[in-house]
Order: sequence, then structure tokens, then C-alpha cells
Amino acid sequence: MGGWAIAVHGGAGVDPCLPAERQEEARRVLSRCLKLGAAALQAGLTAVDVVEMVVRELETDPVFNSGRGSALTRRGTVEMEASIMDGRGRRCGAVSGLSTVKNPVSLARLVMERSPHSYLAFDGAEDFAREQGVETVDNSYFITEENVGMLKLAKEANSIMFDYRVPIPGVDSCSASAGLIGAKAEGGLQMNGLPISIYAPETVGCVVVDNNRWCAAATSTGGLMNKMSGRIGDSPLIGSGTYACDVCAVSCTGEGEAIIRSTLARDVAALMEYKGLSLQEAVDYAIKERLDEGKAGLIAVSRNGEVAYGFNTVGMFRGSATQDGFMEVGIW
Amino acid sequence: MGWAIALHGGAGDIPLSLPAERRTPREAALRHCLDLGVAALKANRPPLDVVELVVRELENSPCFNAGKGSVLTTNGTVEMEACIMDGNTKKCGAVSGLSTVVNAISLARLVMERTPHIYLAFDGAEAFAREQGVETAHSSHFITPENVERLKNAKEARRVQIDYTQSIKGAEVSATGKGESIIQATVARDVAALMEYKGLSLKEAAAYVVERTPKGMFRACATEDGYTEIGIWPSGINGDLEYPNK
Repeated sequence: MGGWAIAVHGGAGVDPCLPAERQEEARRVLSRCLKLGAAALQAGLTAVDVVEMVVRELETDPVFNSGRGSALTRRGTVEMEASIMDGRGRRCGAVSGLSTVKNPVSLARLVMERSPHSYLAFDGAEDFAREQGVETVDNSYFITEENVGMLKLAKEANSIMFDYRVPIPGVDSCSASAGLIGAKAEGGLQMNGLPISIYAPETVGCVVVDNNRWCAAATSTGGLMNKMSGRIGDSPLIGSGTYACDVCAVSCTGEGEAIIRSTLARDVAALMEYKGLSLQEAVDYAIKERLDEGKAGLIAVSRNGEVAYGFNTVGMFRGSATQDGFMEVGIW
Repeated sequence: MGWAIALHGGAGDIPLSLPAERRTPREAALRHCLDLGVAALKANRPPLDVVELVVRELENSPCFNAGKGSVLTTNGTVEMEACIMDGNTKKCGAVSGLSTVVNAISLARLVMERTPHIYLAFDGAEAFAREQGVETAHSSHFITPENVERLKNAKEARRVQIDYTQSIKGAEVSATGKGESIIQATVARDVAALMEYKGLSLKEAAAYVVERTPKGMFRACATEDGYTEIGIWPSGINGDLEYPNK
């Protein structure tokens, strides 16, 4: 094997009744981002440059939950977070609690490269953004009408909307689950009391191995709908939502709390390093054994140019491409 | 077999020439906290309760970089953080950016037990603290003259001072030293991963992970068979303090 490889995701846990045009829209965005990344890799850009570039693209597009289109806190505001890791040297940068920065992943990179620290959050991160002169906008830029509506529904159900879906055996028709709107039904597809049909779009991420076999990963999100202000999830946490080292790069999505507790991204690498598993074996093991009751998915690449993904949710928006011309976008 | 406890008060360049007036209070604090932990274990308190009460005590001591005695940001303020993890359930809680909460570790535990989240930070964490009615104090409670001096020196030297951090606390592994190195190496998880995936013993795993041994680490440990140790520098160097009942 060998050569470059790239994978992207737009979140794990997909409404099986997602209208066809929404599915198409998601596929288009994933495809576009993959091609952007592939072209950059062909041109010889490094892994860390490519993951930043691709995630910026995913942040800017409102289809997925990061940057514009982020889920709203219970106060109706947006608090975004992101992390980036360069497997070469395991340098990393992360940010949380951003409310005006247009591209959180780029600020995370600046933390890595222009500060003596790895992680900045809230006011301190916003101050750093201004010092660095990154593009900022009013918080309202990130808020979409759709998400305002979803927040209202989430408050009415008085629960947190997770951005994953629990596969429930026996619910095999859209109308059956659609009929559950507003109900905390036991047998229906739901998360924390809310039916699956009204979920927020997802976290985004990208993993890359470049022509020099260096791996990098980046993840970005607006977090959970109706979350408490100040809540930090897995996406900015190195080892949980994001990890990159000599052997691989990983980006996770799904139930943040489950990903944190299982140090999911790091575990894929540790299984390869310490247990000698291959990339796919490590991904499968991590999803199967490390999540307990949690629901999540991840994408990964290895230094040998392999791509892999895994998820225990119903679907994960994803795409992957390798230097030999392989390219694929998937949801289910 | 049986219970075991280990605690630390920070790693870093602790000079062998550390003067007595700086060394003695720290040793005494380590001894005091260890005794509290051992008593709690002998009384069959669950491990989660024990780590919380020991860390509360360390936070309340002005000798260590946590709670009272926290090092200062460039603005001269404190921003405290903590986390707690239950190895049995794998549940965890964390807080960052606290400026008024007397015991950050206890707030971390409340995040774990009373919210659907794991990690709260800054204003949101402070708001949660008030909702929960935990003890809060004015910044003067946390800021010590020693740390004001430290900040002044650090600014003059124009560098970030290596802190004696105890920011990561789990039921089994707690890391300390230069925070950024610990993050990128996922130190605490790696110790467990080496044991789980590579079959190393605890001791081997810890040795594998600590790449560059800092000059010292304020620490104390005890096991049920009566072994206790309080130390600052690597074993055998100039004054590991106690080896009773080995």
C-alpha cells in the first residue's frame, strides 16, 4: 500500500427518514470536500494543511453541525469547539466556547502554532482570536432558523438532543417513527426523549495521510442542541474526539460523553501500537468494545494509506478517497 | 491485593536545595492528606469518595498548585480546573476556568452526577456552581504571595513557568508536569492502555510513559499491607522521607 488517503465525516446517527433531497445535499457537500482534499494531496500539501482546509469547508457549509448551522445552547446561543492534531510530533491545538470565530478549526491551529499552549477556551480563546486577527462575525451568523425551531422543540421536551440515532429493532417504517413526534415512546427511534425526525445535523471531521506518510486529524462542532452553556464535548478533546500520531489519524462523532469516557480516538491508535491490530481491526474493536452503551462513529487513516470507518449508530455521513483513484461517499 | 492509594502534589524541577521552610509544609501536607485517605479506605469508603476528599484537602492546602495556592494567569487571576473519574463505571466529570469555587474537584463530581454532561467550563461552570450551592470565595482566598511573586518572575523572564499541576485526576492515574506534554501524549490513558493492550504491569506502564523524568514530584502512597512512602525526588536521592512498616 502507501500513497495518500483522506476520509471525511459529517456526523454519526442519521434519521432513516431523512428526505431524499437532504441526503443528496449531504452527499454533495461530502463529495465536494473530498475532491478538494484529494486535489490538495495530489498537489503535495501536507496532512495538517489538508485537514484544516477540508474542515474549514465543512464549517462554512450550513448542512452539518459546525460553524454556521451549529446546534444551540439552552440560551439560544452558539458555542463552537474544534481540535486539530498533527501526527508528526503529535502537536495539537484546540478551542472551545467560541461565539464569533468563523472557522474554529483554524483558531485551533493557531493555538497549536502560535501559543505556548494546546487548548484555549471561552473569553481567553476569543481574545486570542482578536489578537491573531482571524475572521470574526456576530454570533447570529451561526444561528439558522431550523436550529431555532429545533431548540424550541428540545426545550418543550425538556431534554438534550443528541446528534446520534439509536437503532431500534422492529421500527421498520418511516411512518411508524414519524408518529412518535412529541412522545417519549419506548419502542420508537429516539434520543433522550426526542423523536429522531427532528435532530440537528452533525459534527464534522477529516483525517488524512499525505505523500510523506504523515497523518493528521481535525474535528469541529457546535455541540449538543439545548446543552448547558459551558458544556465541552469530545470534539476539542485530544485523545477523545481527535487523535493523530505516527501510525494513524482518527476523528470521532456521536455521543460526546461516550467518546470522552472511552478515549475513543486514542484507543484506535493504542490498539495498533500496543496490541498490533491493523487499522480496520482497531476501528472495529474500538467501536464494539469500548463504547459500552454509547453510540458513536469514527473515521481513520493509517500511515500506509489505508482508510477505515466504523459506527454503531444508524448511519454516518462520510466519504473517503485514496491515491489510486478510489472515492466513495456513504450515509448508511 | 487490598486497597492502595497514591497522591501527588506536582512534578517539575524541584531543586534538591529546596529550603526547609518550603519543603517541610509540603511534606506535612502530603502526610496529612495520605493519612486522611488511608483512614477513609480503612473505613471502607468507596474509591470515588476517597479521591474526592483527598484532593479537596490538597486543594485547601496553599502548598500546591490547586485551589488555594493556584498559580496565576498572565492577568494575575486564577483559573482552576479539575476532573474525576470512576474506574468502575467509567463515569467522569471535569471543570475548567473556575475563579470562585473553593473545591473544583467537588464541582467536577457534581457535573458527573447531576448533569447529562461531562465537562463544564468558565461562565457556564461558575453558573452551575451557584445553582448547586457549592462553597465559593473571593479570589483573595486562592491567591498567595508566593504565587504573585512567581508570576512577577515569570513575566520578567518572559516565559510560561512549568506548573506543578494536578489537573488530571482519575481513580487510577493522575499525571502532572507540563500540561501540554501530558495532553499530546494522553499520558493517563496510555498507562491503562499499555496494561490492557500490551499486558504491561502498572509499574512497567508508568515507566514506559514517563519519557523525561522531571527532577522531582511531591508524592505519597500507601497500601493495605502497611507500606507507606512520602517523597519528593527519585528514590534513593537525598531524602525520601519515610519507609515505615515495609
